[in-house]
Amino acid sequence: MYGWTGKIAWIDLTRQKTNTLSLSPDTYARFLGGKGMGGFFLRPCAELAWDHPDMPVCLFTGPLTATIAPTSGRSHMVSLSPLTGLVADASMGGKIGVQLKRAGWDGLVITGKSKCPVGIEIQDSRITLMPAAHLWGLPTNMVHDALSPGRAGLACIGPAGENGVRFAAVIVDRYHAAGRTGLGLNLGTKKIKYIRVSGTGSTRVKDPDRLKQARADIFRLTAASPALMGRFGFSCMGTGAMYDLMDNRCMMPTDNFAATRFAFAGQLNAHAYAKTYAPKKHGCKGCHILCKKIAGQPSSGPAMPEFETMSHFTALVGCRDKELVMRANQLCNNLGMDTISAASVLACFREITGTNFTPRSLLNMLEEIALDRGDGKALKNGAAAWAQSMGTPGAAMAVKGLDLPAYDPRGAYGMALGFAMSTRGGCHLRAYPIAHEILRKPVATDRFSFSGKARIIKIAEDLNAVVDSLTACKFTFFAAGLEEYARAISAVTGKDFTAQDLLATGEKIVYNERIINSLNKFDARHDDLPERFFKQPGTGCDQFSVPPIDRTAFLAARQAYYAVRELTQTGLPVREKAEKLGLEWHG
Amino acid sequence: MNGMDDLLKKYAKKLVDAGLATARGPGAPLMGGLDQDLTWNRSAPEIPVLEQVFLQLNINSLAFVRPAPPYDRIIGFLADRALKGPGRTQHEDAGFSRGKIMPQDCETRTFLHDLPVVESFDANTVCRALKQRKTVIVQAKGKNENFQGPAVIVPGTVSPEQGFVHISSVCFACFVKFFSDYLSELKKGCADREMDQVFDQALPFLQTDTPQTPHLMPGPFAGEKQVIAAMDQAGRQIVADGLVDSYFGNISFCTNNTLYISQTGAPLDELPGCIDPVPLDGSSSAGITASSELSAHLETIARTGCRAILHGHPRFSVIGSMDCDPEIKAACAFNTRCHTHCPVPRAIKTTPIVPGEVGTGQFGLCHTLPRAFEKSDTVIVYGHGIFATGKTDFIKAFSNMTAVEHLCKIHYIEQVRKLRDINHGNRTS
Repeated sequence: MYGWTGKIAWIDLTRQKTNTLSLSPDTYARFLGGKGMGGFFLRPCAELAWDHPDMPVCLFTGPLTATIAPTSGRSHMVSLSPLTGLVADASMGGKIGVQLKRAGWDGLVITGKSKCPVGIEIQDSRITLMPAAHLWGLPTNMVHDALSPGRAGLACIGPAGENGVRFAAVIVDRYHAAGRTGLGLNLGTKKIKYIRVSGTGSTRVKDPDRLKQARADIFRLTAASPALMGRFGFSCMGTGAMYDLMDNRCMMPTDNFAATRFAFAGQLNAHAYAKTYAPKKHGCKGCHILCKKIAGQPSSGPAMPEFETMSHFTALVGCRDKELVMRANQLCNNLGMDTISAASVLACFREITGTNFTPRSLLNMLEEIALDRGDGKALKNGAAAWAQSMGTPGAAMAVKGLDLPAYDPRGAYGMALGFAMSTRGGCHLRAYPIAHEILRKPVATDRFSFSGKARIIKIAEDLNAVVDSLTACKFTFFAAGLEEYARAISAVTGKDFTAQDLLATGEKIVYNERIINSLNKFDARHDDLPERFFKQPGTGCDQFSVPPIDRTAFLAARQAYYAVRELTQTGLPVREKAEKLGLEWHG
Repeated sequence: MNGMDDLLKKYAKKLVDAGLATARGPGAPLMGGLDQDLTWNRSAPEIPVLEQVFLQLNINSLAFVRPAPPYDRIIGFLADRALKGPGRTQHEDAGFSRGKIMPQDCETRTFLHDLPVVESFDANTVCRALKQRKTVIVQAKGKNENFQGPAVIVPGTVSPEQGFVHISSVCFACFVKFFSDYLSELKKGCADREMDQVFDQALPFLQTDTPQTPHLMPGPFAGEKQVIAAMDQAGRQIVADGLVDSYFGNISFCTNNTLYISQTGAPLDELPGCIDPVPLDGSSSAGITASSELSAHLETIARTGCRAILHGHPRFSVIGSMDCDPEIKAACAFNTRCHTHCPVPRAIKTTPIVPGEVGTGQFGLCHTLPRAFEKSDTVIVYGHGIFATGKTDFIKAFSNMTAVEHLCKIHYIEQVRKLRDINHGNRTS
């Protein structure tokens, strides 16, 4: 095969054995890689508990990984979420995807549980389970220091993943977090401290010249994108560039989503961080955008916070200290915790208890969570579980247990619908409507209207499922489209893919996740937003107000989405559609 | 009721207002929008086929237009040539590939890549093309005897605005391509009678009278409200005068250490609410949604001290920028990369022409345009459009842009007349 290696490593930690799986070319074409292939392996285990020994943790590359296709060096991790009970999946940056592919593997399917901490060492075709008890308990930065991976890719967990934090992250190559849905705990439960991969091979490309042409088209489009390569775009300013915009559009979640503007935003934006920390560009392997920023001052160079972290560790929790954000970001990365969920549980705690944070108390609380101490013992289960236990579930600003990112849905109704419908809970990246509602790409839509949004969200979910399966970076799709990437994948694999073929694959991948979630009893009752968004207005400005979302309009849009997605009126998948998509049906 | 109705009507009207479609009859825009239900802006015999297209593609809108004159004749001609393909006509090197028109203007090169052409108006054929590209031209002959072509079909995944944008782009690209090719073929002595006929049919649609200077607000402007009002007025005028299609181009004004600039993809005739204030000291990144030419605007202001910048895509300026002696071009080492590597300092009269792509890439126009403004207050970017500056308001920038376009148009027509006389002499001798 071209594009794919044709080899998947099945690592059984209980039996300490590794087998090589081979799938048919048709299966590869149907699920592509990354998120799609992870869902394929998760489906038969959907009804197992997230911590059952047979529950797989999948790490997959895509057909474009380790080729010259732009931004395709990522990989995708999939399992069942300890935080939400839904499909857990997260895109992983850094270089581990490229190294895995170069080692000759399309992906890993890890099952079983080790009795003692292990590291999975992959050097080309050789896979070894190494004792890792000496690393257990160490923060991720020290794991990186201890293992000195050099050109190898390294994914590891921190104490949070060892101590049962349900929003534990996986930290890749020191700076990149696969943050959401608690995949760090999935690894920790299996006693996997790290995965280190290096390879010396390459991805076979059927038509290198055609791939170069597709790459040139994608480069030209990204160069024309203000959001990516403009003076204030992600390449220059990092994702923190969104900070001013979100405040300006009255969408900055403030005081646990009680308000949507933050009075101190102008002092805490990307420009302010740049002046203080002189960040340098850094990026994932194979990326020309280089959105990741590493602090140039002090010279030790911690990762700069991403937009979500900047926003949630200031406006959401009521703090206004850049240095605190830097330290909270570094602490979360070292302890191995998702910054969005970590900040969200603190904001929820603040609202319920009325306790404001000082920099010291905030950092202490993060440590308590990760180390399973004090108040952290309860907070480690996430905002939704904690608020429920306190008898105030409405204080958890989450959808299906996944805490909301830094886009207030009262300021963008596509985002509102996208949050509610996402198969992994309150996530902005599954439909990513910020592209058209805020960044005006491919064209602008009316952000205060549900008109047309049901189908827009459905199509965008299909598209982003493809992006996570290729495995490419979503940011590129602010500029390029599946039209250009279809040409890249056709050039790499020698199979003819069109943008519409890929969208059909994306539809299958999303529907498969809907089936998995339905088997775990999720339905329309869960496809909803916190009540606050329907009852309380946001903070407006001179030009416009930010009213509560009209619940009737929201419910109508949700019904339209179900119809467009071909689900029942209660949000459940149906046999006929599943079979039409070639998906296994239960019962 | 389908909530898209207003959008369908709005963009159908914009196509008519832009002169790309007729208001009534079979040439009127046909726009479909699909959320939970499918709705159309009017009834039409094409709907059954287009409904099949909706069923086969993962889209939410579809625009179908039979372009108004002169675009109908121009697109029809190019579509015929594309269907004949290379190797079957003398136009092998003239920007055609079998079943594709391959314009070389900046917008097509960046966003559309090429324009597929099909011979049959049936859903499978249309969908095959639309699975590959953002648009398809249907030039049915023989196979659909009742179908009148050419027609342009564009789907959208977000909004019917995508249909409007890409139909505008197709018409612009084909217009520029035909007139560029025609001049080039005349210079080579290869223009055939059909090309002459298309030109003759298009000529009455070209306004050749000296353009009137519009009444624009004089500067200096007192504050933000006046700046936005002046930008709004200039934006509407530049679209009304046909110097740019609504979606394209950009406009900025600098005052009080702030650059007010149109947002990316902002329709220049609907600017209020689509203007970003960008502090010159970089203290806010709210300009992330500003025009892709923000860097070029900022650098131009820094170098020249101008306050107003207008950017449009006047067609004959674009055509003139791509005009190159065929013999010289054939011998040039960069003849496939004119838009980024043209090595010859070029100008139309005193207006310089510079290479450069959209945005901030290695060959972005932000590297070439600001330097050129040190010598001229109007600059043409190869295959792209005109940028014009003003010191206190948009009046001078607007009149310069209008004058350059008029000059280019008149110069083009004169060249054609002279070359046709020569070619006609050659044909008859």
